[in-house]
Amino acid sequence: MEEEQNKNSTKDTKKHDILVIDYHVGNHRSVLNALSLLGYHYKVSSEKEEIAKAPAYILPGVGAFSEAMTNLQNLGIIDTLKEQILNHKKPILGICLGMQVLAESSTENGFHKGLGIIKGSVMRIDSHKDIKIPHVGWNNLSIHQKDPLFTRTDEEAHFYFDHSYHIACDHSIISATCTHGSEITAAIQSDNIFGVQFHPEKSQKNGLLLLRGFFNYIKQRESKNA
Amino acid sequence: MLKHRLVACLTLKERIIVQSIGFEKYLPIGRPEITIEFLNNWGIDEIVVLDIDATRESRLVDIELVQRISKKCFVPLTVGGGITTVEEMKELIRQGADKICINTSAIQNPPLIREASHVLGSQCVVVSLDVKKNGRGEYEIFTHSGKKATGINPRDFAQKAEALGAGEIFITSITRDGSKQGYDLELIKEISRAVSIPVVACGGVGNPSHFVEAIRESTVSAVAAGNYFHFTEHSPMITKAFISKCPDAKIRFDTYADYRHFSFMNEKMTHRIDKKEDQYLKDTRFKYHPKEVI
Repeated sequence: MEEEQNKNSTKDTKKHDILVIDYHVGNHRSVLNALSLLGYHYKVSSEKEEIAKAPAYILPGVGAFSEAMTNLQNLGIIDTLKEQILNHKKPILGICLGMQVLAESSTENGFHKGLGIIKGSVMRIDSHKDIKIPHVGWNNLSIHQKDPLFTRTDEEAHFYFDHSYHIACDHSIISATCTHGSEITAAIQSDNIFGVQFHPEKSQKNGLLLLRGFFNYIKQRESKNA
Repeated sequence: MLKHRLVACLTLKERIIVQSIGFEKYLPIGRPEITIEFLNNWGIDEIVVLDIDATRESRLVDIELVQRISKKCFVPLTVGGGITTVEEMKELIRQGADKICINTSAIQNPPLIREASHVLGSQCVVVSLDVKKNGRGEYEIFTHSGKKATGINPRDFAQKAEALGAGEIFITSITRDGSKQGYDLELIKEISRAVSIPVVACGGVGNPSHFVEAIRESTVSAVAAGNYFHFTEHSPMITKAFISKCPDAKIRFDTYADYRHFSFMNEKMTHRIDKKEDQYLKDTRFKYHPKEVI
């Protein structure tokens, strides 16, 4: 498959070779642009072998849940990915739809099964009077767990959201929420599994800081394991 | 709390950004990468790039150009121009667009909206409507960059688009485009009341009080302008500082520079920022500004 390497990467960052999983619904270009700007080394692939080799993953996503799951199934990478994340505890960051597919199920355009990596289900945001769905735009967060994603995030920082569905899950794994009529899960965190409902690659400097936080976490883990 | 978005709508003609006046006259601005890099650093909330020749020339917006500009754009990027199939939309998203804007093809082929929202998710599908009043004084949608009358009422079509799964409505007044007279408030009020999805208003901004009018008097989620942002340094940041003085407006401030402590002139309704006192400016010269680190 497609394989790209960031030419700007230095020797120091070369170790943090992250795999951006391309399953044909993602806006992975935007994610790659952000990684290039930050100076990280990445690969783009949807091959089993690459997944088994990579030390960490980003699962981007823009699109509909069912389409995303069908593509993952057709690529035949679900088992490999689950094994690497659940057994080998490799870090993963799911973005938007990429976070939603980590859940057990979704009700977007009918009932669909997800990857089941985290406990929770994807459901439509409650609509109220004067609350427009999809939830599009910049919203501020209330952060429950600062480390490692929100370590350098300001209280008043805004992130860009664009979605009609969100994950309903146990409070213990929610690291940030935002308010749009009702409370919405903005970020989840459970050991090596991270997910953000907003788009860090499209949230200007606050998003870039968050991605930096994720990479620092990978680096720390690697030095601990070494 | 969700904020009002300040959107830059950039019109692309022959691969360069232009200012558009009434969908008829165009003034060249320059290379799209540069415009986008500046607006991105100056705290714009979203960028919409529309290739206004694409539909008339029966071609798709330049994909290579989208790829190039997306490298400079770390805010949401909506791309439009000559898109007729879901395959084209997928390709544009793969190359760095975040949302897709359809205009002529949505009106000629409404089922495309449903197909697109099923594959890409409705949050990704922006339906753009170019509207002006016809001879009978009623609002009517025009396609092909405002050249062709359709006889369709914009309110009816906006509701139909919502039912088919559109995620946002981008409404432009053709008569107000480039006029600097302010938004067509009657039009944006009518459309934003009619649908429950976000509505983006565009066309006619000449000074920052026009944004405030739209936010105060209608339920639009975002206010867009094209020509207004060009030729002024820090234009989005200064505009946001002005808008935030209106209590109804909810504005995002994440930029390094901040103009909220400035006052604004009222002279001739231009609302430029006031010059600070000489002593303040003198002091600023010797102030140390550390570099922003990400």
